[in-house]
Amino acid sequence: MATKPAFAPPTDAAISRRGFLMKLGILLNAVAASLVAVPVVGFLLSSITRGRANGYLSWVPLGKVSEFPEGETRLATFQNPYVMPTDGKTADTACWVRRIAGEQFQVFAVNCAHLGCPVRWFPQSALFMCPCHGGAYYRDGSRASGPPERGLFEYPYKIENGLITIQAGELPTPGAAIADLTAGKKPCVS
Amino acid sequence: MRIMSPLAKIGTWFDRRLQLAAPIREAAEHPIPRNTSSWWYVFGSAALTVFILQIVTGILLALVYVPSGAEAWSSLQALNHDITLGWFIRAMHGWGSNFMVAIVLIHMVQVFLFGAYKFPRELTWIIGVFLLLMTLGMAFSGQVLRFDQDAYWGLGIGASIASRVPILGSAIVKLMLGGPIIAGATLSRFFALHVFVIPGLLIGFVGLHVLMVLKLGINEWPMPGRIVKRATYVSEYHELTQKDGVPFFSYGAWKDMFFAAFIILAVAACALYFGPFGPSGRPDPTIIQTVPKPDYFFLWLYALLSLLPPSLETPVLLVGPVLAIAGLLLLPFLSGEGEKSWKRRPIAVLTVLLIAITLGTFTHLAGYTPWSPHMNAWISDPVPDRYIHHSTALERQGALVFQVKQCRNCHSLGEIGGQRGPALDSVAVRLTQDQLIRQVIQGGGNMPAYGKNLSPAETTALVAFLETLHPNGEPPARDASRDLALSDENQSGVKPPGVRLSGMKP
Repeated sequence: MATKPAFAPPTDAAISRRGFLMKLGILLNAVAASLVAVPVVGFLLSSITRGRANGYLSWVPLGKVSEFPEGETRLATFQNPYVMPTDGKTADTACWVRRIAGEQFQVFAVNCAHLGCPVRWFPQSALFMCPCHGGAYYRDGSRASGPPERGLFEYPYKIENGLITIQAGELPTPGAAIADLTAGKKPCVS
Repeated sequence: MRIMSPLAKIGTWFDRRLQLAAPIREAAEHPIPRNTSSWWYVFGSAALTVFILQIVTGILLALVYVPSGAEAWSSLQALNHDITLGWFIRAMHGWGSNFMVAIVLIHMVQVFLFGAYKFPRELTWIIGVFLLLMTLGMAFSGQVLRFDQDAYWGLGIGASIASRVPILGSAIVKLMLGGPIIAGATLSRFFALHVFVIPGLLIGFVGLHVLMVLKLGINEWPMPGRIVKRATYVSEYHELTQKDGVPFFSYGAWKDMFFAAFIILAVAACALYFGPFGPSGRPDPTIIQTVPKPDYFFLWLYALLSLLPPSLETPVLLVGPVLAIAGLLLLPFLSGEGEKSWKRRPIAVLTVLLIAITLGTFTHLAGYTPWSPHMNAWISDPVPDRYIHHSTALERQGALVFQVKQCRNCHSLGEIGGQRGPALDSVAVRLTQDQLIRQVIQGGGNMPAYGKNLSPAETTALVAFLETLHPNGEPPARDASRDLALSDENQSGVKPPGVRLSGMKP
C-alpha cells in the first residue's frame, strides 16, 4: 500500500510558494484582461465616440430651391452623409420641406416627436398626422394635438447656389443633437 | 453469466468513460410529491421544448438569412417564395416565438399562484425573471431581424424611448443603433444579440433553472393551511417525498412528454394554417405611407403609449420597467414564507387578474387603434347621402368643406371615419352654434385649431352643416340665454335682470 497519498499534505513553506505563484497568476490575468479591455471597450463604444466629435452631422443638399413651390410642403429625400456598405435603402432619409416664401424655409424630420413614426402631410387640413399614436402638428411644425410634447424636429438649413441644404446625419429623437437645435422654437410662427 | 447484447456492450463502453448514466438516472428518478404529477406542472418543460424548437428552426433560417441591411429583406422573400419549405420554417419560428412568450407567461403565473417562488426556491424564481426578460428580448430582436417597415419604425420607437434617458439618452441611442441612424449596423448588432448573446445567456440560465428544480425538488401541491417556514420546510418536504413520493420518471414525466408533443404539433399547425409573419414592406425610410405596428406581445405597450398623458409618459417609460422588474425580483424576499395556496392568497389572485385584464384591454385596443387618425377616410368615403337630404345650399357647401378638410380622418360619420375625436352623427345635440364655431376655430381637448386653415365663409358653411347633424325628433342644442338676449333686445332694448341669466350659460 502506498504510504504517501498522491497529493502530499502541504507544508507551510509549500503553501506560501504555491499560493504566491497562484496569486501572481491571477494578477497577471487581471493585467492582461484590463489591457485587452481597453480596445474592446473602445470598439464597443465607437458608435458613440465618433459622434461626439460631431462626425455624424454634415450639410446635405435636398435639391434646387425652385423645385419647392412657395406656400407648399413637399417630401424630399436625401442620402445620410454617413453610409456603410450594408445599409442599402436604409441610408436614405425623407424630410418635409415647407417653403414659406422666397428663401424662407422650414425643413421638418418625418419622425414624429413622440416616438419617431413617420408623419404625413395633409395639405387640405394643413396638418401633419402620425399614424402610430395620433400625434398632429400644424403647418409650421408646432404641436396641434396628441401625445407629442413638442413640435416636429427641424433641420437647420441654408441656401447655397440655388440649392437648399440641410444639416443632417442623425436619427431625430428627443435626445439627439437636432432636438437641441430646435428645442427653443416658439410654436405657431406662421 | 448472461451474455450482453451488442448494444448494451457499446453503452457500457461509453459509460465507463463518460460516467453519466448514474447521475442521469438519479435525476430522472428523483422522488417528487405524488400530487405534483399534475397537468398544472407541464408548462416549464413546455417552455424548454419550444426553446429547443426555436434553436433548431433558428439555425435552419440562419442557413439562408443574410443579416445585412441591404439584403435581409430580399433573403426573407427568398425564404418565403423560392426555397422549398422556407416559408414553413419561418412560420414555425415565428409561431414558436409567440408560443414561447405565452408559455413562459403561463408558467410564471402558475408558479406565482402556487407559491412556488417561496423558500427555498427564491433563486429559481429570480433566474426565471431573467429568463422572462431574455425571452422578451428575443421576441423584440427577432422582430428586428424580420427587417421590414415594422422592424424599421419599431427600432425608431425603441430609439425614441431610449433617447429620453436623462444625460445618457443620445449615447444610448447610438450604442443601440450602432451608428447615427437605423441602418445596416443596427441590423448586424441585433443579429448578434438574437443569435449569439441572448441565446447563449438563455442556455446558461435555463441550465441553472432546471438544475435548481432538480436539487431543491419540484414545488409540492399547495395545500391551504400548510405554511412555509424556513426552519422546518426542508425536512417537511423531505418527508413528503420520502413517504408519499413517486419517481419523476415516469409518474410526472409522461404528462410533460404528452404536452411537449401537443405544443410542437400546435406550433406546426399554426405555421401550416396561418403561414409566416411578413415581411411587410421593404425597409425604405423614404416610404412613409406605412402604419407601423409591433408584434402581438408588445401591442399593449403600443396602446399604453397612446393613452398616457404626455407629461407622464417619460417617467412611466423610464421608471415603470425598473419598478416592475424590481418588484418581480424582490417578490420572494417580501413573501418568502407563509401560505402557498392561491385559495388563501386573494391579493395574489387579484393582482394576476388585474394585470391580465389590463394587458388584455390594452392589447384589444391596439387591435383597432381608436386614437389614430384614419389616414384616408376622407378620400374613400363621401358624406352619406342621408345627411344632405333636404339641405340648403349652404349646408351642402359645409358638407363639402367637411369632406375636403379631412374631418373624417378623426371623426366618424355614419360609422365611417376615425375614432380619434367623437362621432359627429348627433353633434348638434351636444354643441350649440357658438360652441361649434369655437371648437372648429380654436380646437381644444385634443382637436387641432382650424382657424388659420378655414376662411370665414368655410367656417360658416361647415358649422351650418354640423348643425343639421341631430337625430329626428331631437332638437339641436340652443343657447337659451342668447335667444333671450336677442328677443329682449327686439322687444324694448331693456336689459334683462342678471338673475335670469345666471346658470344658463353652458
